[in-house]
Amino acid sequence: MLSNLGSLLRYRGLIQSLVARELKARYRGSVLGFVWSFINPLLLISIYSFVFTTIMQNNDPRTKPFAVFLFCGLLPWTWFSTSLIEAASSLISGGNLIKKVLFPAEVLPIVSVLANMVHFLLGLLILAAFMIGFQHYPNMAALPWFPVVVLIQLIFTLGLALGVSALTVHFRDIRELLANVLTLWFFGTPIIYAYFMPSVARYLWLFRLNPFYHFAVSYQEILFFDHFGHARSLLLLGALSVAVFLAGYWLFDRLRDSYAEVV
Amino acid sequence: MTSAIELVNVSKIYRRYAGKQFATLKSALLKRSILRDLQPNEAFRALNDVSFSVARGSTVGVIGRNGSGKSTVLKLVAGITKPTSGSVRVDGRISALIELGAGFHPEISGRENVFINGIMLGLSKREVEERFDDIVDFAELREFIDAPVKTYSSGMYMRLGFAVAIHVDPEVLLVDEVLAVGDEAFTHKCLDKFGEFHRRGKTILIVTHSLGLVERLCDHAVWLDGGEKQADGDPKRVIGAYLTAVEQTEKQQMAATTAKAVQSAAPAAPVGDMFQAAEGRWGSREVEIISVALLGPGDEPSFLFHTGDSVSIRLGVQCSQPISDFVFGISVFNADGVCCFGTNTDIEAMTSDRIDGQGDVTFVIEHLDLVEGTYKLDVAVHRRDGAPYDYHRLLYTFRVKSRTHDVGIFRPRHRWTFSPNVRFK
Repeated sequence: MLSNLGSLLRYRGLIQSLVARELKARYRGSVLGFVWSFINPLLLISIYSFVFTTIMQNNDPRTKPFAVFLFCGLLPWTWFSTSLIEAASSLISGGNLIKKVLFPAEVLPIVSVLANMVHFLLGLLILAAFMIGFQHYPNMAALPWFPVVVLIQLIFTLGLALGVSALTVHFRDIRELLANVLTLWFFGTPIIYAYFMPSVARYLWLFRLNPFYHFAVSYQEILFFDHFGHARSLLLLGALSVAVFLAGYWLFDRLRDSYAEVV
Repeated sequence: MTSAIELVNVSKIYRRYAGKQFATLKSALLKRSILRDLQPNEAFRALNDVSFSVARGSTVGVIGRNGSGKSTVLKLVAGITKPTSGSVRVDGRISALIELGAGFHPEISGRENVFINGIMLGLSKREVEERFDDIVDFAELREFIDAPVKTYSSGMYMRLGFAVAIHVDPEVLLVDEVLAVGDEAFTHKCLDKFGEFHRRGKTILIVTHSLGLVERLCDHAVWLDGGEKQADGDPKRVIGAYLTAVEQTEKQQMAATTAKAVQSAAPAAPVGDMFQAAEGRWGSREVEIISVALLGPGDEPSFLFHTGDSVSIRLGVQCSQPISDFVFGISVFNADGVCCFGTNTDIEAMTSDRIDGQGDVTFVIEHLDLVEGTYKLDVAVHRRDGAPYDYHRLLYTFRVKSRTHDVGIFRPRHRWTFSPNVRFK
């Protein structure tokens, strides 16, 4: 397993070009092309802000401006959930490669995660534009933590993506199941509401068990609120993420020989 | 000479998983059978204890009928699947022409696909850049290289895939039945490329049904059947052995077909009611054809002959009381139902005198001058006025094989002569 992990580095050229291909191919043939990478989150934010500020009046002053608050949690969530959904079918749709070419299968889910990470990073530009527009700037002292959170989320997502993609080969309905699990997970994470609301505080112990709770809170504290007090939990989460990654990779490696035959 | 590829006692068992199509995670969890379902419960042995080695710089052909394990050998050598037991060793960079253009993405241009495909096959970006022009020229796609691959015809697609794979410059080239790729000209180009590889001392392993190709290109052939190695060595010898085995099976199939046809026609049709009788066999049976045998050159019964063989059709006949008015007839039909030849004793001006008890009628064809194909036989005995005693319609099947692939029905004995200024190599 470790030697396989090491060979991942050898594939970085391949991963790089596949990610580029993924991004190029996605919007090929659409009029707006790459601009969709910006429009998509923009539309999403508009819908959510309208629902949660105008229709369901949310008057907590601490989450104002709400659009920026929402953006801080929604952007990483979109990266996470889309990555998993795409990774789940990556081995099946890339079946031709696995069966007919000597191809390192783990590259496929990894490419799904990385391509979505690029969308995430592009989304940050819009977030920055929002911040300027709403005159709400992040806490500069906490900002160095931002890449740390991104890195930990990357490791965490990669681990889950590898595990999910490997299992989906054998159990196709994980794909269907996953969409529902992710919806539940989304509402169980303080993204459209804030973690300090009294109704959340009552179940805080339960929320704390949700790894994405810590991601969302970290992002919000770094980008939106004034102080970052989540460092300890975050580092713990980092350790957990490495464990998830190793477990996911182990599972993937364990089932590796079956892909060419089952896909 | 060292070997570039070596298979030692390789077996490959493909596993089938319990109700794979219907296994759902939910049901697996509910029945607590998730671990059991991940265990294989049915095994298919695709290769059984196969060993052979391929010398560096040689071209080796793997032949065998469908399902004999040829492609599995190729996948094992390519490293796409692992052997269940035994070991596979390959020396040097491999390029596998197994599925051409497998990694192409339809939405992006040929140019971008060449780069990604090249990188997938193990080249660096710089190496692809260096070879890019050669690849495009080889594929003959210069004007289309910037169009998305989804607009390519299947021939263009394959050509580009082939061009990329062959320019990876491997030490070991694996080829799986890919020469059906392009038109005649492109096929020649591919063959030339293989020849060039051979001259440069590269190792080539070809899996194909084209025996002519093996004979032409290969130094060595391996014949697999039912996952086991049957023979290994000089291509001519191995192909000969393979063809003999194929003929054997064909004979058996032909015998089975004939037996089935005869049997289904056997229930005696109502005597005298030939117009109602089903196709197959009818007649009054006053004279009966009780057996039909096709005999090859050594008088042994067979269903498979070669163009030019001498063939005898022997009818065993019997009648319960002496009869004086009878005609024996025979016709040969090809698979399209065209009558290739038909004759009877009446046409050939033989006047019947008497038949009594049991006897033989043999029709000897000294040279079976038919082209390759499957043929069917009508045999009959009837009265001079045409009223049938026993008519067997298309019940007997035989196959003619030929070394030449001439077309039509009949292959007249012939030769070519040329004046001295017309020369052949």
